[in-house]
Amino acid sequence: MAKVIIYPTNSLILSDMVERFGHEPLAMMEKIREKITTIGVDSPPLNITPEGPKHGLKYAAVEVPAGVRGRMSIIGPLIDVAEAGIIVGDASISFGCMGCARTNELTKFLIREKDIPVLEIQYPHTEEEGKAFVYNIAEFLKALPSGGDDE
Amino acid sequence: MMGEDTEDNITKIVVISSDSVLPMDAAMRVYESEDAITIKETCFGTMVNGPRDAVNRVVETLRSMDRNHIFVKDRGFKPGAEVRCRAGRGGGPRPGFHFLREEVSMLPMIGRALDEYDAGEPLEEKEAPQKLDVSKLKKIIDSEL
Repeated sequence: MAKVIIYPTNSLILSDMVERFGHEPLAMMEKIREKITTIGVDSPPLNITPEGPKHGLKYAAVEVPAGVRGRMSIIGPLIDVAEAGIIVGDASISFGCMGCARTNELTKFLIREKDIPVLEIQYPHTEEEGKAFVYNIAEFLKALPSGGDDE
Repeated sequence: MMGEDTEDNITKIVVISSDSVLPMDAAMRVYESEDAITIKETCFGTMVNGPRDAVNRVVETLRSMDRNHIFVKDRGFKPGAEVRCRAGRGGGPRPGFHFLREEVSMLPMIGRALDEYDAGEPLEEKEAPQKLDVSKLKKIIDSEL
């Protein structure tokens, strides 16, 4: 089972496909859960705290906006442990925690820079593209070590 | 209260995009479960919250109802979490809902592709249509009819 980082990091389709083919998706949701279930001084526990930008200094320089560094404190550790990556571009919508263009660029850059197998693909808009999207991801995941043929 | 959460308490979103399984059927299947879990029925499926093992077991049962048309993802916040739930935020879409809705609209297509992949249908390589070039668009705008 390989740890596969997905981009967009909160994608339902990618998270499901990675799990479906027998690997572990590295997604933002798990990190957020860790943050909000760890007992701390904040009540209710917050997903982003002033500590975030400090931890983010590992991934982005100090002059980079705090928002990027705060986000990187969540996404960065995921990239550190990733053994493979799937980057899906052309997402027509990137709201909420995915809405920071600079963080998205840095995330994609760090995934590409890492010496791991990476699949880059576009979100599908037509039936043919959908088929190619699924086939490419499935073949990529099956080629990873101990990929799931046990569906 | 969220403070009562333990490390091993997880939430999963189950999105149903099936012609044969209705969200109601899935919810009934969860209610039949003996595990100590809580669920929330939503417009796209259900949210299942509880101990990790129990949630994984229930989610696997749900998935087996229509494997290629039921999709699952983790959720950081539990259902009704006060910082996320619309009830405490004065309405409006929940953060993250837009992206989920966008992806849910693609699920029928993904489900059909998964069916074809399982059936072993070969992929026909087709040239994807390229986006319109900016200079070409400019030419079209400038052209006199």
